[in-house]
Amino acid sequence: MKLLTLDLFYIIAGTFLLLAAGRIALDRTHPQRWGSAVFWGLLALTFLAGKALPPTLSGYFLLALVVLAATKQVGEKPEAGSPLTERVASAARLKNRLFVPALLIPATAILGTLALSRLHVGDLWLIDSASITVTSVCLGAAVAVVAGLRVTGAPVTTPVAEGSRLLQTIGWAIILPQFLAALGGIFAKAGVGAVVADVVAQALPTQYPFVAVLAYCVGMALFTICMGNAFAAFPVITLGIGLPFIVGLHAGNPAIMAAIGMLCGYCGTLLTPMAANFNVVPAMLLELRDKNAVIKAQVPIALTILAANIALMYFCVYRF
Amino acid sequence: MIKLIGILIVVAGFALRFNPLLVVMAAGIATGLVAGMSFNEIMELFGTYFVQNRNVTLLVILMLPVVGLLERYGLRERAETLIRRVRSATAGRVLLFYTAVRQVSIALGINIGGHAAMVRPLVTPMAEGAARARHGELPDQTSQAIRANAAAAENVGNFFGEDTIFAVGAIYLIKGVLDTSGHKVSVWALSLWGIPTALVAFGAMWWRVRVLDRRIERETAAPPAEGER
Repeated sequence: MKLLTLDLFYIIAGTFLLLAAGRIALDRTHPQRWGSAVFWGLLALTFLAGKALPPTLSGYFLLALVVLAATKQVGEKPEAGSPLTERVASAARLKNRLFVPALLIPATAILGTLALSRLHVGDLWLIDSASITVTSVCLGAAVAVVAGLRVTGAPVTTPVAEGSRLLQTIGWAIILPQFLAALGGIFAKAGVGAVVADVVAQALPTQYPFVAVLAYCVGMALFTICMGNAFAAFPVITLGIGLPFIVGLHAGNPAIMAAIGMLCGYCGTLLTPMAANFNVVPAMLLELRDKNAVIKAQVPIALTILAANIALMYFCVYRF
Repeated sequence: MIKLIGILIVVAGFALRFNPLLVVMAAGIATGLVAGMSFNEIMELFGTYFVQNRNVTLLVILMLPVVGLLERYGLRERAETLIRRVRSATAGRVLLFYTAVRQVSIALGINIGGHAAMVRPLVTPMAEGAARARHGELPDQTSQAIRANAAAAENVGNFFGEDTIFAVGAIYLIKGVLDTSGHKVSVWALSLWGIPTALVAFGAMWWRVRVLDRRIERETAAPPAEGER
């Protein structure tokens, strides 16, 4: 039996989403009142009920979310933030105490990962060790809200109100990462990966050791760009290109190949809007006008690292 | 080959700037149909995988109430005040320092960052504050560039620290794939070979923040040209 599990935090997140939906529904001045309320309400249901919902029903909920977002029924209320003068005055009053709740998030994460995971009374464990890092950060967020209320003396409705404002700043893009993960599942089920690997393997002269390295590294990056996820690309490209050519044909070292290969995939992650949680959601969260600004800032970094990875793998994989 | 239609839809859909949710749904439906599934089966798969992957969205949602609350009470303004007192601070150095902290902590298996928990409430106000302390008010394009690079600092630190020293996450996926295909590798060999790339990534970030600092100097020295808003 575990006290703090992911399921508990799904319910907390779902409750927050439901409260946010309720606030929007009650707000007569909200420009997209009903579309937004239904959007966040349905999302709240998938978090609250989760696995208890029939999967087909969740699927049709998703379809409804997509229709609402695509027909521009989900939006935020402009001019919703608090005035700057008020924030400056409050910052001058509270000073460094404001950092305490913010720093409690990483502090709880560290403590949870290193120590709390070992706490138990008989069979009753404090934290579910299967998802220890995520659960610890969730716990950190919960601890931080309580500390934040104490430090600021704000009423309990403020976190919900301000959180709901930020939620609407991000908007429908917040579910894009989770939605893309679902698409990855469908791709895998339909056998898309095997087809890609076949095409690459047939098109290139992999009898040259350098070409094999190049095909594997660039293949990892490109396939990650398409899938948005290096973890999804890794088995496909490694089984399709890496192992048969680098290890099989040219007797390379599988550990070096795989370790550097995965990092080539991460270069792809830096370059793609498909990796929405890393590149698109932050653009919304940081209120960037250009939704591709994060990717553009990362292009030189990703290409540098990818080139270094190719050189590193070519010089090491056949040698050690 | 026909199974690749989903990838084609995704690439074309993103390029033509359709709503990304719509593009993903269309790609999933098309891929499912050519693989011989019925529409209801596809909806069932979408529902199953969406609920299974709730943890992807969970952290962002849970951070919003506390970050919103602290912002309301001036956290970002306070972070900026504090960084103004550090004379050697520049926007670029703040970001590079954050990347280093992120790389080292995640290498030790501790996840302390995040765009919602750290970058928006602390890192961007500090980076913008450092730039303002040196150069006065920032043109909008400059502050946008600082924010985009702050997101990059988070991503680079997160991705290229992960596979070193303490084996976490990805290492077990790699080991699993290699083991099932009959290649026994040790977790330590995999971690060791992640270190050179981690150093290259830090070097690349160092280069980019120098470029950023020079850009800030240039853009704050001369007022932006007319019509460049």
